[in-house]
Amino acid sequence: MKIVVLAKHVPDATGERTFAADGTVDRASSDGLLSELDEYAVEQALQIADERDDVEVVAMTLGPEDAADAIKRSLQMGASAGVHIIDEAVHGSDALATSAILAEAITKAAPDLVICGMASTDGTMGVIPAMIAERLNWPAATLGATLSLADDQVTIRRDDDVASLTIEASLPAIVSVTDQSGEARYPSMKGILAAKKKPVETWTLADLGIAEAAVGLDAAWSKVHQTTPRPPKEQGRVVEEEDGASALIDFLAAGKYI
Amino acid sequence: MSEVLIVAEHADSHISKPALELLTLARRLGDPVAVVFGESDDTAAKALGEYGASRVLTVTDPAINDYLVAPKAEALAQIAESVQPVAILITSTPEGKEIAGRLAIKLGSGLITDATDIVADGTTTQSVFAGNWTVTASVTHGPLVVTVKPNAITPEPAPVEPATEQIQVSISEAAKSARIVNSEPKKSSGRPELTEAAVVVSGGRGTAGNFTAVEELADVLGGAVGASRAAVDAGWYPYAYQIGQTGKTVSPQLYIAAGISGAIQHRAGMQTSKAIVAVNKDAEAPIFALADLGIVGDLHKVLPVVIEEIKKRKG
Repeated sequence: MKIVVLAKHVPDATGERTFAADGTVDRASSDGLLSELDEYAVEQALQIADERDDVEVVAMTLGPEDAADAIKRSLQMGASAGVHIIDEAVHGSDALATSAILAEAITKAAPDLVICGMASTDGTMGVIPAMIAERLNWPAATLGATLSLADDQVTIRRDDDVASLTIEASLPAIVSVTDQSGEARYPSMKGILAAKKKPVETWTLADLGIAEAAVGLDAAWSKVHQTTPRPPKEQGRVVEEEDGASALIDFLAAGKYI
Repeated sequence: MSEVLIVAEHADSHISKPALELLTLARRLGDPVAVVFGESDDTAAKALGEYGASRVLTVTDPAINDYLVAPKAEALAQIAESVQPVAILITSTPEGKEIAGRLAIKLGSGLITDATDIVADGTTTQSVFAGNWTVTASVTHGPLVVTVKPNAITPEPAPVEPATEQIQVSISEAAKSARIVNSEPKKSSGRPELTEAAVVVSGGRGTAGNFTAVEELADVLGGAVGASRAAVDAGWYPYAYQIGQTGKTVSPQLYIAAGISGAIQHRAGMQTSKAIVAVNKDAEAPIFALADLGIVGDLHKVLPVVIEEIKKRKG
């Protein structure tokens, strides 16, 4: 059984995140890392691999040179191999082009199961798993708080506002898991050493049969006009505990909440 | 006049407030046409007409309820083919975003998610990087496919008498592949919807698992209850109430953070609230940088006094 995990490299959310002059996310000026939400996907893949002895877990990333770190982290956690899709023409791609590239790469890798995080921590759209499924005509069991695999079927529990749903899909399928699915493991020292020997393939757009002109900023079907930092908030009033209740009452009364 | 499709979410024909927000935005772009999935009665169409829906199209194909997401996207694509809308507006729920992503592929459209505003020429506004940046954007291909954050704008009535129509769609076998085999309804809290509430009171690590004061304050203010990820991870409050990057984004008139330190992941879910009050024992907590009123103290000491005083004033 082959599992592909989509692992995105993102700017650290705890740092200063900004935009480049062309309106794309500035990936150069801050430290990047494997998106925290994709760690849950790696974890779920590894849990399946722990239970069975026929599982190969391939960490796949799409991004510039630094994105190799997302694969490295996945390999350290225990993934067996990596695929880095890297091509200068990809810069500035929208969700449509991104999903098209990943769909081709998944076709080439030919896995039984694709596991994704619920969203990236930078773009936060949460649409890529569904869009890949749309392109591949695969079942998509998305936003799983739990994930289990039996024979050729995946089952997830998806919690929405009104109900808790049980979703089943036959393989090959694409799933995404939430941060409720279970804490991701830290790489062990053994894992860190072993990662160095694991194979990582590099694929370009040409390897996937995708024309450069079909992706990237110029081919994007949405255009950013302007990016504006939020003005810093004025320092509010701060009071100590003994004045807290009366200050809050006054605040609520002034706002006509009471 | 060109038409604009909106997807109107409802529970037993009760149209959600975000659907009325979509209609309000849609009227800036054209003539709103509402799509309702599942059985509904006249009250749904009436409520939609109240906010300007000139047509209400109902889709009741059983695949809508039996399979995840894909059938709804397929139905919308078929409707869009006949209506030829200039834009399709969907509420930014996890499902809404997935429908939008699939629809953009089917229609060959540009896609924008989590918009907080749309103007007449189709330019959208988004709040990104945990609310620290504002981005304006528009699409260059196809009808605009956009998801809109709940509570970003105020719904404005514009009553019309809507024409109603049952729409037959044909759902492909490929769209019937993620089967919903069980649906366990959630118990209602009896409080307002988190994303629609004017007041949200949230509890975090500082509650130490005791949400009584948080819930009581929410109740006397007629608000909703939220929780930080730390509180949810500790099992103190259900995930459905989590506010932040991996939970709900709220933008109420008033947000009261009780015992929440305000990590970037939490701020991402509440930073755009109009007024923010923070109660936290740690004077260095980052939440105080956002607060219009900050109280350095124990929520279990401060909130009960406030709750009693509000009850007294109410008589």
